Amino acid sequence: MKTIYLDHVATNPLHPEVLDAMLPYFKEHYGNPLSVYESGVKAREAIEDARERTASLVNAKAKEIIFTASGAEANNFALKGIAYASQSKGKHIIISKIEHHSILNTARFLEKSGFAVTYLPVDKNGIVNPADVEKAIIKETILISIIHASPEIGTIQPIAEIARIAKQKGVIFHTDAVASVGNIPVDVQSLGVDMLTFAAHQFYGPKGAAALYVKEGIRIVPLIYGGIQEGGRRAGTENVPAIVGMGKAAELTKSDLQKRIDHVKPLRDKLIENTLKIDKVILTGHPENRLPNHASFVVEYIEGEAMMLLLAAKGIYAASGSACSSKALKASPVIISIGIPAHLAQGSVVFTLGEETTDDDINYFNETFPQVIKRLREISPFAKGWEGLEDSTCTARK
Amino acid sequence: MGLTEAIFKLEENINLKFLDEPIIADATTDIIYMMCPMHLLTIEEKIKEITSGQVLSILTDYDGALEDIPDWCNKTGNEFIGIYEDTDHYKFYIRKLKESK
Repeated sequence: MKTIYLDHVATNPLHPEVLDAMLPYFKEHYGNPLSVYESGVKAREAIEDARERTASLVNAKAKEIIFTASGAEANNFALKGIAYASQSKGKHIIISKIEHHSILNTARFLEKSGFAVTYLPVDKNGIVNPADVEKAIIKETILISIIHASPEIGTIQPIAEIARIAKQKGVIFHTDAVASVGNIPVDVQSLGVDMLTFAAHQFYGPKGAAALYVKEGIRIVPLIYGGIQEGGRRAGTENVPAIVGMGKAAELTKSDLQKRIDHVKPLRDKLIENTLKIDKVILTGHPENRLPNHASFVVEYIEGEAMMLLLAAKGIYAASGSACSSKALKASPVIISIGIPAHLAQGSVVFTLGEETTDDDINYFNETFPQVIKRLREISPFAKGWEGLEDSTCTARK
Repeated sequence: MGLTEAIFKLEENINLKFLDEPIIADATTDIIYMMCPMHLLTIEEKIKEITSGQVLSILTDYDGALEDIPDWCNKTGNEFIGIYEDTDHYKFYIRKLKESK
């Protein structure tokens, strides 16, 4: 059976050219980058070359890139690093309610360590209102972190506008751009951000390589102490093949990005148009201002996990939202934040396309998904309505 | 600590030379929050970027630098001008000398 991968927001296959670039660093050039002999020197040079390419993807300087092992690590580093570096100025941090758990849970940890956190709401499309950011800033505010694009609902935030407010108020601004870098153009200069997180596996690079952009001149407390790697800011012997892979993936993404967008967007639009023809299916996230490969819905009366299992049986791989809903059977905070009631939040599904997605794939999906919904609604105890919960349904949004 | 060691430490500390005011440097490197051996590696790198007679300032909160930086100056033949103690960090001043490496 042919499989159709519509879960590119979870991860992506490695680009063949990326694998080719990485292989020599598993085999010939396996030296420690701190060693002075040839295999170490080659590894060191490869890291610095990858740093240039990675920086170039987001229009940063090479010295402003700190490699990490994951987006989650970079997000932890950004929040804890700035919180501890700036605590003499104040102990207030602002984030949104739709951040990734690596931001949300780090903020919760910092609250336990004596910091105060403001969690900003979003509107029904998942947008943070820049005016709310401005109102939330107080004298003690040291950091604002707002996600660039949501992996769950695809909404792209007005980051440049929020960054401008942060700059006017003298507050450091970080954005988690894991879901956006590789899917839309991201430029740290035009966005005006001080820090930005991005991960290689979101743009056909390997897992285990990510980066935190830290604008030159910003002081940050290291998350991991030890050796002199990454200028003393992130200790630990480097994952050289993964970093090389990130550099190559960044180079390919820089040249292919527009082609990738032009490929996925019409296919994604076709998927959304067809899916919204199904009764009681709601598009989540912003209808236009969203990632070009991203389609997300809430399907009434049935569960996301059930849809995922039936779709997988038909060869279609997708996701039912965050780990809250897929692993803990708990309503996702992102879906709740956009005003979807808890009983509907369980029907959340996310489809994300990639460069190998074909028109035939979308045709097959468009035939299959309505059948899956029909089958599950036939056996759903709520198929005839929410039995007393009707008032809280969001069918009015259609 | 034995008496001999204590006297030795005291003699070392005499070399610390604290300044009452910060001074204007020709180049500044900010390595606040970086630990050993970043202070020494950074000095070695940055001293190459200035010319003889010019002053390099190093901003650090690493206490080990109090011993290491004057010591580094002695070993490399550069002039250790002194330390200014700011609110949450030290400012070290080094003058690059002609004969330095």
